[in-house]
Amino acid sequence: MSDLIVFENASKTFSTPNGPIEASRDINLTVKRGEFVTLVGPSGCGKSTLLNMTAGIFAPTTGKVLYDGKPVDGFNGHVGYMTQNDHLLTWRTVGGNIGVPLEIAGLSKSERKARVEELAEMVGLSKFLDSYPSQLSGGMRKRCALARLLAYSPETLLLDEPFAALDAQLRLRMQMELRSIVQTLGKTVLFVTHDLDEAVAIADRCAIFTRGPGTIRNVLDIPLGKERELIGMRHNPDYVELTATLWDEMAPDIRLEEAV
Amino acid sequence: MKPKLILIRLAILIGILLVWQFSSGVLIKEFFVSKPTKVAAVLAKWIGSGDLFYHAAITAFEAFAGFLLGAFVGISIGLLLGRAKGLAEVLDPFIMAFYSLPKLALAPLFILWFGIGLEMKIVLTATICFFLVFLNTYTGVRSVSREMIAILKLMGAKESHVITKVVIPSAITWVFAGLRISVPYALIGAVVGELMASNRGLGFLLSSSAADFNTAGVFAALCAIVCLAALLNYGVSVAARAMMPWERTTEQREFSI
Repeated sequence: MSDLIVFENASKTFSTPNGPIEASRDINLTVKRGEFVTLVGPSGCGKSTLLNMTAGIFAPTTGKVLYDGKPVDGFNGHVGYMTQNDHLLTWRTVGGNIGVPLEIAGLSKSERKARVEELAEMVGLSKFLDSYPSQLSGGMRKRCALARLLAYSPETLLLDEPFAALDAQLRLRMQMELRSIVQTLGKTVLFVTHDLDEAVAIADRCAIFTRGPGTIRNVLDIPLGKERELIGMRHNPDYVELTATLWDEMAPDIRLEEAV
Repeated sequence: MKPKLILIRLAILIGILLVWQFSSGVLIKEFFVSKPTKVAAVLAKWIGSGDLFYHAAITAFEAFAGFLLGAFVGISIGLLLGRAKGLAEVLDPFIMAFYSLPKLALAPLFILWFGIGLEMKIVLTATICFFLVFLNTYTGVRSVSREMIAILKLMGAKESHVITKVVIPSAITWVFAGLRISVPYALIGAVVGELMASNRGLGFLLSSSAADFNTAGVFAALCAIVCLAALLNYGVSVAARAMMPWERTTEQREFSI
């Protein structure tokens, strides 16, 4: 597998009225094509900064971010980004929102309708196609944003806590759905989460961040296999072992917080 | 609308008319305020002769045409400058200088250029409406979420997609705010233009009644202008509701935080 996303000593410093804030420092990470990488770490440790640099929203202050061998320059059209805020278009219905990327791609009305219904079905929003975002719950809005993201099927998915607002059952269903989509379509995924169980369950590798300025402390391999049964995961001894390792990796930061 | 609400409003209106009717000639000289019955008589006469509709149609046409022209140019330039930040920065002092000018002061110039016909009133109205719509549209376009635009660009959107799918729909609330405040100003443009120089329109009816010391005629013309304003306002509200269906669901939604 070839390297798709490469961070080379990438650092990002934001200048604010209260002085510069270093969001991430010396990030070195290589994501291979078709790999599912989760990013975990305390809040404000620059995980989202990584996604932003991959999408080309801003460039690293120093260092390099390469996508498919070339430095990211401006908006990266190969990635789809699902941010923490869903950024749905409030003036469009659920169906209209899911259809936006299809309209941009120039699909005909009937093609769009069929595809939108299919996607809404997948995220469980079939009954809400004509509702406006203001009428939906937080979880439903997230699902709508996910359907919109999948509608244009980008090569790489950048997901920032996409399932945080979902209930446990739905989250599991969405995790399975996501893994199978990623598997069949050969997508590459960068997935930010605060849920350590999730970080292990769905990933091929897990990058662990330390508190600001954010650096990657360690990258954990998750050798649970490409085809995995997420429902029975809790009974898998390898999974239990890996989750425990991840918790241990995170422990220094927890103690640090106690000291503060 | 609730029937109770209509009844209360009707009662207030009748109350005002009664006070007017019986205080006129008693508290204030009738010459200055006339009487509702006399105003009604003048209105009836004008309606009967068709004069009212003739003059009202002319004023309505001037106000409406000027409003549309000003709104169209205002929305277009607001969109353009809202998206082209550099150009907006360059033009800012010129726009603000022109904006600060009382637009009615341009009327003599427009009379020179266009004569005393309909064109002059339309241009005057359009100039007034332009700024109100332009400034609102511009502010609306500038306040469009940059994140939303970035998300769309990642989907491969071109500038035309960004404009039609994000900028216009999210600025449209602002645009309609501009249109709504423009309605009374559109009538100011048309009526004041007519007061200055014309031989037709409600403004002409108003000034010629005043010249004849016909107070009832003045009030009758004012009544007609108020009705026209209400009609225009209603038109804008209907258009706003039709073009922003999502606003209605937000209003109707049961309140929760």
